[in-house]
Amino acid sequence: MAEQVRHLVDAVYRSDSRRVLATLIRLLGDFDLAEEALHDAFAAAVERWPSDGVPGSPRAWLVSTGRFKAIDAMRRRARFDASVGELARRFDAAANDAKELEAGDGVEDDRLRLIFTCCHPALAPDAQIALTLREVCGLTTEEIAHAFLTPAPTLAQRIVRAKAKIRDARIPYVVPTHAALPERLDQVLRVIYLVFNEGYAASSGASLTRHDLSGEAIRLGRLLVELLPEPEAMGLLALMLLHESRRVARTSPTGELVLLADQDRSLWDRDQIAEGTALVERALSSRRIGPYTLEATDWVQIVGLYDVLERVDPTPVVELNRAVAVAMRDGPAAGLAIIDALLARGDLDDYHLAHSARADLCRRVGRTADARRSYQRALDLTRQEPERRFLERRLHELGLNV
Amino acid sequence: MKYLCMIYSEEGAWGKMPPAEQEKWLGEYFAFSDGIKKSGHYVGSNALQPTPTATTVRVRNGKVSTTDGPFVETKEQLGGYYLIEAKDLNDAIQVAARCPGARHGSVEVRPIIEYERP
Repeated sequence: MAEQVRHLVDAVYRSDSRRVLATLIRLLGDFDLAEEALHDAFAAAVERWPSDGVPGSPRAWLVSTGRFKAIDAMRRRARFDASVGELARRFDAAANDAKELEAGDGVEDDRLRLIFTCCHPALAPDAQIALTLREVCGLTTEEIAHAFLTPAPTLAQRIVRAKAKIRDARIPYVVPTHAALPERLDQVLRVIYLVFNEGYAASSGASLTRHDLSGEAIRLGRLLVELLPEPEAMGLLALMLLHESRRVARTSPTGELVLLADQDRSLWDRDQIAEGTALVERALSSRRIGPYTLEATDWVQIVGLYDVLERVDPTPVVELNRAVAVAMRDGPAAGLAIIDALLARGDLDDYHLAHSARADLCRRVGRTADARRSYQRALDLTRQEPERRFLERRLHELGLNV
Repeated sequence: MKYLCMIYSEEGAWGKMPPAEQEKWLGEYFAFSDGIKKSGHYVGSNALQPTPTATTVRVRNGKVSTTDGPFVETKEQLGGYYLIEAKDLNDAIQVAARCPGARHGSVEVRPIIEYERP
């Protein structure tokens, strides 16, 4: 019984901890206080649910418990500091408003408030993404650091500074006004896309996809489309659904990587493809088309589309993707030239996918020794088990060909 | 909460402006000031003489040293400020965006710390 409850608490943590955090930030008005309260609430659940039974609405229970724990903690501190006592009294009065604790639509808005606050333009662009991944999606600092090719201490510092600015410059915890919404949406979409990528190709660990993160990004995408049916938001959601539809087919039963051309198409999720395609059509039928819509369309025009994407979002990773698309269109040598130029600039030297893409193209033009060197470099950099096995297999094949 | 909106621009540009254009900008500043007084944001404001009039003062080991010029030489200089009362940063940004300085230069918005005397 206790074991079952523990599993349930874990499941609720995975599915609801970010929602609970978003509401606690609104109620407590402070990121750090809310995080502390969140952990106290889950600790209380582990302790009390086995004997008291699981509450009817675990989320509402966690929010209310977290808030009372925070008030308690502040009261204890208030013995030393009168100003904290004033704060605690204020929260206490607000706690009587039971409506706020209900898990209704208002609570879903808290997640949007959190997203828009984390993506506030007064925060540095890097900090916006780092903070959203940390606070909205619950990624660890290390996972974010890897996704951004940044040292973990640098990233941790970025998050601490962003939180301090939210508090000290008083960045409000609100969804932007309707007039400001489209502009603020762009940054939010960029962040959601990166979250999705993090889930789709998780940066470390034995499993190549971390479904909860991709699912989380898709859920956020759906929520955004619902709140703000902009073509851009639809395009992003479509892109994510179309990628996600192939998730099962991407890995073999033994956990090996399966490339697009070799995938068993019967494993593709037809419902997600249908939903994604319908969204692309809806997005394309409006005149405003953004980078995510472009990325979701078919391979035929993909190089031209990457040209556009590169203009909208000029990052080395986009250039790398474009190089792979060029290789598909004009042959491996053309793609290889672009990747070599990219690597020569030094931007992606620590990015394992740049080296494995180079290795693959070298292999296809028959430059076996170069291919082997690049596979080896990719192997040194990757932290994913399935990718490691994939690269080892490739290296092994090349070894036999010599 | 109070914010200081500091107007940075290339101070040399002002002197090179035809008088009619100077008058146009002054008119816009007066209108902006009136606007934020009406909306209740205004706390105080001043324009500054250009940086050649600046003197920087330091006391080290009890000794006063004065040097000519601003604390740091920059491409754009602090030319004036508005002290405003705003609900939050979004509110302050909206006020700063209406300031003429945001168009001929840029406006740095900084929250004010209010210390309580014990």
